[in-house]
Amino acid sequence: MFKLSEQGLANVNKELARYEAKESAIIPSLYIAQKENNGFITPDIIRHLSQVMDIPEARINEVFKFYTMFNQEPVGKYHVQVCTNISCALEGGREMASHICKELGVKLNEVTADGRFTVSKVECLGSCGTAPMMQVNDTYHEKLTPESAMNLLRGMR
Amino acid sequence: MAESKVLTEFYHLPEYQTLAGYKAKGGYETLPKALKMQPQQIIDEVKASGLRGRGGAGFPTGMKWGFLPKNGEPRYLLCNADEGEPGTFKDRMMMERAPHQLIEGMIISAFAVGSHKGYIYVRGEYVFPIECLNKAIKEAYDAGLLGKNILGSGFDFDLDVYRGAGAYICGEETGMISSLEGLKGQPKLKPPFPAVQGYLRKPTIVNNVETLAAVTYIVKDGAQTYRKFGTEKSAGTKLFSVSGNVVKPGNYEVPLGYPLIDLINNECGGMKPGRKLKAIIPGGSSAPVLTAEEVMKANLDYESLAGLGTMLGSGAVIVMDDSQCMVDMLGVLTHFYAHESCGQCTPCREGTGWLNKILHSILEGRGRLQDIDLLVKVADNMKGKTICALSDAAALPVLSFVTKFRDEFEFYVREGRSKVKGTTYAEMHH
Repeated sequence: MFKLSEQGLANVNKELARYEAKESAIIPSLYIAQKENNGFITPDIIRHLSQVMDIPEARINEVFKFYTMFNQEPVGKYHVQVCTNISCALEGGREMASHICKELGVKLNEVTADGRFTVSKVECLGSCGTAPMMQVNDTYHEKLTPESAMNLLRGMR
Repeated sequence: MAESKVLTEFYHLPEYQTLAGYKAKGGYETLPKALKMQPQQIIDEVKASGLRGRGGAGFPTGMKWGFLPKNGEPRYLLCNADEGEPGTFKDRMMMERAPHQLIEGMIISAFAVGSHKGYIYVRGEYVFPIECLNKAIKEAYDAGLLGKNILGSGFDFDLDVYRGAGAYICGEETGMISSLEGLKGQPKLKPPFPAVQGYLRKPTIVNNVETLAAVTYIVKDGAQTYRKFGTEKSAGTKLFSVSGNVVKPGNYEVPLGYPLIDLINNECGGMKPGRKLKAIIPGGSSAPVLTAEEVMKANLDYESLAGLGTMLGSGAVIVMDDSQCMVDMLGVLTHFYAHESCGQCTPCREGTGWLNKILHSILEGRGRLQDIDLLVKVADNMKGKTICALSDAAALPVLSFVTKFRDEFEFYVREGRSKVKGTTYAEMHH
């Protein structure tokens, strides 16, 4: 049964106090919970947030399911999100995603056997002038080649 | 070089991100002047400047502000920093390199529209820009530029950053409001417009990052000075984010009305060696594509591009050279819109899915010639029938790609491979 840490709970309460409508705190609170649960949200978490925030589970669940940045499945320590939208596609983003998967020996959205990486394709991340690019957890890496992307990932332990 | 730097003159200076660096270049000098003006004077000045919303719709900013009810209800100022339109990366640069420029523009705008609470809604992936904004907001609070009684003027304004969570549709103003309210980011039917009934059903003004930052310049130097740039109907400068197959992709600020081909050849260094220009999407992925011949006639202003059947949109110029397969590129776009439809309106939810399915069946070698007309028919049936513009945004690229590059679609159906690349979809990418 998931429970927020003391700090996590304090942060959720801070978010609840911040807005005139407590529902505005749902997205920030999902971020807090996701971070505390190694990068993904479970039904347990929704239930716990519902109790903490006094908002119906269904209400939190519909927000959770709508936004792509909340993960419904476990992800690796490093979530590698390769942009494959038009500007990156023009500069080889899709080929880069395929190359990374091949090198890491995984299919898209799978976690590598050592738990380090999950590779996903994502839609435009606003780095179109520095394509192709990937986001690893919170950090953007831009102007990549398949090789430079792999070199970056090999350095991540 | 035709760059006229109203917004970006100091972006190359790392210290410009800080309060001290921004002030050293004249930052926050306009704010005391603005706070001594009558709010209506500022609104009139913005109206006179001809400033149009820089997020995509191009609606006159002063007129939008004028829609606010005249009573004393609490009202919100919401900065649209969602920047989800493929090809667009201009607001990110401002948030990273000149966050105080946005903050000063927001304080002045808030004073003009009578708002005491503002939010900057930033797309969730922009973690670094959010950090830059939060740092700058803290500096501004510490310096008495935000909060109670700003600079002793008696005006109060609180500003906060709200982090989105990855949904393109939250760039649409009512979708953004839904998201801020802690709902799915689904757009709302208009009217009522946000200026009358927005966040928490209170009057709300939603403006793009670039729009709000331009307000400072207009108040500082006056509407007529701003009007020296651009054309009569498209006044001022605009940030264009150029991506794709050019030598120097990037953000460039040029006056509206600037020839598109000059932006490509002068600012962006032209096409990559040995390649020829094939097509350009001039205003973000939802704008109809222009052929190379049409590009030669296009100026970067609202009217010129509308005259060519496309739009200025967010100013995202996506450049394609002669090595690109238009069927493949349209496949990228149809996938995107099918993924991002919020599902609320049937023509969009079903239509984007069908466009994507039909297009990918062509790409995978299972297409029939009548599928090309079916794409057009589905797209035609999606236009103007939904709450927001996402359905149109999906339909317009389909119609323009298929109409202008039909030979490539027909070849692909007949041969099961790309006319340009000579290979199948699987061989291209896997």
